[in-house]
Amino acid sequence: MTVLVEASGLRKVFGNTIVAADGISLAVKKGEVLGFLGPNGAGKSTTMKMITGFLEPDAGTSIICGHDIQNEPKRAKSKIGYLPEGAPAYGEMTPASFLAFIAEIRGFSGDAQKIRIAAAIDKAGLEGVLDQRIETLSKGYKRRVGLAQAILHDPPVLIMDEPTDGLDPNQKHHVRNLIREMAPDKAIIVSTHILEEVEAVCSRAVVINRGRIVADGTAEDLMRRVPYHGAVALRIAPAKAGAAKEVLSSIGDIAKVETVSKSEGAVQLRAIPKDGKAIATEVAARLREKSVPVEELFVERGKLDDVFRQITTTREGA
Amino acid sequence: MQDTLENIWIIAKREFAAYFATPLAGVFLTIFVALTGAFTFYIGDFFTRGQADLFPFFAYHPWLYLILVPAVAMRLWAEERKNGTIELLMTLPVSPAEAILGKFFAAWAFVGLALLLTLPIWITVNVLGDPDNGIILTSYLGSLLMAGAFLSIGSFISALTKNQVIAFILAATVCFIFVMSGMEMVQNTLRAWAPEWVTSAVSAMSFLAHFEQISRGVVSLQSIIFFLSLIVFALFANVIAVDQKKAA
Repeated sequence: MTVLVEASGLRKVFGNTIVAADGISLAVKKGEVLGFLGPNGAGKSTTMKMITGFLEPDAGTSIICGHDIQNEPKRAKSKIGYLPEGAPAYGEMTPASFLAFIAEIRGFSGDAQKIRIAAAIDKAGLEGVLDQRIETLSKGYKRRVGLAQAILHDPPVLIMDEPTDGLDPNQKHHVRNLIREMAPDKAIIVSTHILEEVEAVCSRAVVINRGRIVADGTAEDLMRRVPYHGAVALRIAPAKAGAAKEVLSSIGDIAKVETVSKSEGAVQLRAIPKDGKAIATEVAARLREKSVPVEELFVERGKLDDVFRQITTTREGA
Repeated sequence: MQDTLENIWIIAKREFAAYFATPLAGVFLTIFVALTGAFTFYIGDFFTRGQADLFPFFAYHPWLYLILVPAVAMRLWAEERKNGTIELLMTLPVSPAEAILGKFFAAWAFVGLALLLTLPIWITVNVLGDPDNGIILTSYLGSLLMAGAFLSIGSFISALTKNQVIAFILAATVCFIFVMSGMEMVQNTLRAWAPEWVTSAVSAMSFLAHFEQISRGVVSLQSIIFFLSLIVFALFANVIAVDQKKAA
């Protein structure tokens, strides 16, 4: 697949001391939705501002659809749809006049302009508020105006800085659906610190901390970093606990069996697999074979939250 | 080139309309027309002078612009930076120079409109007497040119701060210096210690002197070049200021 966004060695230092981005390189292909994660102040926004050509990097550059943002800024920018943090828009304009301005400056006129604007309005769900001043709109609608502006020219590259921040659950759902819909024929970068969003829409996640990329992979890859990811948890009657442990220990792919808790009615066991192997089916089969009754059996999943905390705090001191 | 002109035009249109989105435009235009009228008819002794010209009208323009033009210019960039829309504008396929020119021309057109609304004064003088309309026309053009110089300074200063009030005060101060630099008072203070070339350089920067020339009907190339080059220089500084300050 074609690489549409290629950032290489982006570095930005503010005021000689604050290193906001320290050599960030990433490539996003068509069809990919890249989740850009990191704690507040990690350099997400700075990196996006450099990719979109708002900020000039101290080193490195970004290439959008083959156009270097430094050397051919207009061409590169024409390929990008960008929703800056907080979705800024001219408050004194109405969504209708604002989108007309954006369409004009993006080079659309006449019928093409009308079609583009109508499509953007439809996708962002702005029908009801077209003639109200943007400054009087609710936060959710303001965000939609920003979104409409970003997708108006159907850009091959879509970059959104916290597109769902501050939206209610319905609005978040709507924005995520929109991203999923557009994903197949675009390269999309979405920054967020809401981790559920990564699982919901992103095909890949990049975690940055202190201006550096500290993890890059699918949400699944990231979750594999949690020690309990893929472990099988069992709830068993106390009388059968010993037998169950024996069965579990005999399975080759299990590294360790732990007793999590003992209470009056049940014992909680956890079987941790070797190298993240899938063990659930075998565990179930073996237990049935030996007729050990199991009250409950489920596969534990690593929480992205845990990974995030692990990556962004343990390495901080290093 | 085609592209550049089109972008400047689109931005200028939006910016011009933005003036009318708030009551600011109406307030400004009313004050401008009211003050020019007041200065001309009361302070300028229009009726008792017994002369059919608009000299008292134009004589007060530099002083009016001193307050009113920075008010027009203050929002140009400070507002964009404060609201974060500068990030939107600068990531559209528009160059900084196009954005700056578009905004500048919009503000200039707005002041031009204010000048246009003073035409009743011109009609009055034509009804009452037989003025030299050639001089009046060059005075109008000179006034517009001077307003452009004030505006370019205001636009540059507006890019230096997010605060419109600070932009207004700074711009008014700088414009005041430009207006005053030709006055006897300033010149005398300078003559006391500065070498001759400094005094004459400062006096050559005087808006007042250049504008008086034009409003007397003397369209000297020197004055036109002075205002135009000042505009070009200030707008060039504006590009640098926007570039340096946009992310701060």
